[in-house]
Amino acid sequence: MADLVLENVQKAFGDNPVIRGIDLTISQGDMVCLIGASGSGKSTLLRCMNLLEPIDDGRILLDGDDISEPGKDPQPVRQRIGMVFQSYNLFPHMTALDNAILAPRRITGKSKSVLRPEIEEMFARFGLADRMLHYPDQLSGGQQQRVAIIRALAMRPEIMLFDEITSALDPELVGEVLDVLRDLRAQGMTMVLATHEMGFARELADKVCFLDQGRILEDGTPEQIFESPQEERTKAFLSRVL
Amino acid sequence: MPQQTRRQIFEARQRKRANTIAAISTIAVFAAIILLIPLTPGWENVKRSFFNGAVFAKTFPGLLEAFVMDVAIFLWCAPLIAALGLAVAIARDLRNPAFYPLRLFAIAYTDIFRGLPVILVIYLIGFGIPGLGLPRPWNSPYIWGSLALVLVYSAYVAEVIRSGIESIHDSQRNAALSLGLSGGDAMRFVILPQAVRRVVPANMNLFIALQKDVALLSFIGPVEIFRQAGVYKSLMANFTPYVGAALIFLALTIPATRYADYLMNKQSKARS
Repeated sequence: MADLVLENVQKAFGDNPVIRGIDLTISQGDMVCLIGASGSGKSTLLRCMNLLEPIDDGRILLDGDDISEPGKDPQPVRQRIGMVFQSYNLFPHMTALDNAILAPRRITGKSKSVLRPEIEEMFARFGLADRMLHYPDQLSGGQQQRVAIIRALAMRPEIMLFDEITSALDPELVGEVLDVLRDLRAQGMTMVLATHEMGFARELADKVCFLDQGRILEDGTPEQIFESPQEERTKAFLSRVL
Repeated sequence: MPQQTRRQIFEARQRKRANTIAAISTIAVFAAIILLIPLTPGWENVKRSFFNGAVFAKTFPGLLEAFVMDVAIFLWCAPLIAALGLAVAIARDLRNPAFYPLRLFAIAYTDIFRGLPVILVIYLIGFGIPGLGLPRPWNSPYIWGSLALVLVYSAYVAEVIRSGIESIHDSQRNAALSLGLSGGDAMRFVILPQAVRRVVPANMNLFIALQKDVALLSFIGPVEIFRQAGVYKSLMANFTPYVGAALIFLALTIPATRYADYLMNKQSKARS
């Protein structure tokens, strides 16, 4: 069970406020899509949820525990909240399989041979069984991004964060990565996506949040946001991207 | 035969022209060297004292034997340098405040030993520490001379490794941390393996320099090739043994340098 609640989260880089008071509740099994222009704070918000960026003010609660308390060890939290990046960030000196096994091996202390069957199963499930022993530079962008998702899933996280994971892909490779997300959605994974794939957000999201200048300007069901947006800026954004 | 394109014809002509010019100028320079140097007034003396075939033949086997000592000193210094250099590089990147003294020490260490001439460190350590009156074998110049080389070269290796660590993009560290790995694990399994691989060519150049600097130990006692050449020089009143020593060094260092360049080229191609 994992609920993630953000209360008045604020984050600035130097004098430049990037997140300006965001409240957001992500319940178990939800799929929340963050949309908005680049620079609106989507990526930073995801990085704050994973504690890669410490927040300046406000609170982030995971099942009621304040995980954003300054000085708290972020490591156990990150093991429960997986993250996938736009530029894959696979470890180039390891095979796909080793990329996925490293974290579980170090954190559970189990040996590679014990962990391997479970990880192999994930590779098979996402159609990468024959790519497991390849190095990242021998894989296509879509394959690399699927390996990155497997790597995050290998920690058995309760929540997954996806930071524009299809933005760096060639258009014909986007579909295979979105299929993985559909699969996860069907299994009830709790997910937060920063995305430019409006069609995908519309099809699968429980909630869509439109971010503008570090605030959630408008949120609601996909129908509300895409069919009848209330705010002028939401309308302007949607008319540009749709 | 397929018809050549206009561009191919043009490029072939250009290539031919460039090769001709290169050949002519090379021949001219070598001819000048071969013809002009023997005309200098001291050439006969230089030839006798530096390029004496009889002396060369007589001393070369002995020099080669002495060179084994250079290689041996290199072989026991190299792993120590690699280990100490790595340790210092990591110490400079420690973020935990409890390790601050270690970090400070690492910074001072690299600053001091990169700032001193190698020969000075060899003198200070090689003469200074045995001066403490230590019992055998602890007064051996081999030990303290090697220590001097290890200290100096580890400082350089540490800097090279650190530049490698800094060249690994932060996204790699973030990816490792986002999986729940500790900072130490991120360094050990993700950043260091990539960083060390990236600086292999630069470190190879340092180790080639080390192989040459082993000869400096001759100043504090060990009879290695440079010292041996000096002994032959005195015995035979002839400088040819030095030329022999130079050839032996080159036989090892030129292939090693070429190999380092090859690795460096391969790497810059792979990254572009």
